[in-house]
Amino acid sequence: MDRRDFLKLAGIGIVFVSGLGRVAAAAEKAGKKLPGDFYFVQMSDTHWGFNNPKINPDFGGTLRKAVTLVNGLEIHPDFIIFTGDLSHDTDDDQERRKRLTEFKQIVKDLKVKDVKFMPGEHDAAVDNGKVFMEVIGKTHYTFTHKGVNFIALDNVSDPGGSLGDQQLKWLSDNLKKLNKDKSRIVVLCHRPLFGLYPEWEWETRDGAKAIDLLLPYRNVTVFYGHIHQENHHMTGHIAHHAAHGLMYPLPAPGSKPKLAPVPWDPAKPYNNLGFRSIEARMPPADYLVTEYPIQKS
Amino acid sequence: MKALSKKFLVIGIIFLVIGAFGASVLAAEPEVIKISAKRFEYNPKEITLKKGVPVILEFTSLDRLHGFRCSGLGIRTDIKPGQAARVPVTPQKAGDFEFHCDNFCGSGHGNMAGVIHVVE
Repeated sequence: MDRRDFLKLAGIGIVFVSGLGRVAAAAEKAGKKLPGDFYFVQMSDTHWGFNNPKINPDFGGTLRKAVTLVNGLEIHPDFIIFTGDLSHDTDDDQERRKRLTEFKQIVKDLKVKDVKFMPGEHDAAVDNGKVFMEVIGKTHYTFTHKGVNFIALDNVSDPGGSLGDQQLKWLSDNLKKLNKDKSRIVVLCHRPLFGLYPEWEWETRDGAKAIDLLLPYRNVTVFYGHIHQENHHMTGHIAHHAAHGLMYPLPAPGSKPKLAPVPWDPAKPYNNLGFRSIEARMPPADYLVTEYPIQKS
Repeated sequence: MKALSKKFLVIGIIFLVIGAFGASVLAAEPEVIKISAKRFEYNPKEITLKKGVPVILEFTSLDRLHGFRCSGLGIRTDIKPGQAARVPVTPQKAGDFEFHCDNFCGSGHGNMAGVIHVVE
């Protein structure tokens, strides 16, 4: 039984997020084994240090529950990526250091040891990422996994949510090393690269420049966090997928006069909190996204 | 004596012209409304403007980088410490228009907001 069969048996919804998914599905139906498959887990917006019980009475336990759930996955992911806001904001550098250190300690319990981190504005905007880099590591980087080129962008260390000219040049230089037709590119970031809802700072001010750099590449997919809910959007042929958070949900874009966390619903504990797995199949390219809710245990 | 009074008359006319010209220049100068920003508030946080009357909003920061976004009136600027940001505005519609800081500035960032009332 492969992982997809397991998900079907477990009754967990799976969704292809690329039009090319149909090709892979057809191949699977025909019983062809596709080489190079792997999957990774995206966890986001854990906001360690948040402590309002009206919003999440299990503020100290939700992250640990998520760690347990990921550890319990039938087949372990190749790696795990946290797409920012590991900690909740604080104006005190020492407190931020403490929160990020505690976060790191909790996620050490993940059985998968290849864990990658990215900052959110709560971690990095107040001090331009200084404490984050000290405790966690780099704020933007690249890595390659089984032929897929991952690019982690930092659109949060600038308080205005810009990538900045220097990082855009770095992105451009990295893209020049790739093949426009053949390279598979996954971009990871915290804020949406496009203007999802600028009034709530759900945007990257110079994100259009990054998208322009990415558009000539045939196979690009973006996974991000920040908005604490699932969202799927296309800019040209580039798909952007937002993940659930792991501390509190946020309202749908523009659905409330003011942005504020959605209060805890005792009838639906942990509602809209969760993580996702992303299965990469090649060739042809497609990504299978599976959303996992945090259950009351 | 006649020559002297003629001289005074000319000087008087010159002063009158300069005075009138100066006054008209002053009248054309839009009012400057000073707004300071600091974690996590604006002062003042409520501003009243008149529809169709130009003003200049002058922002200063008392601590760190802040922002000012009032989408309803199409205003956005960075507010950098030690550097006044001047934004000319002529409101074209009456109503209440909320503004907020859009450069993440810390734990109270989400509450750093205010409103511009535009009256007829």
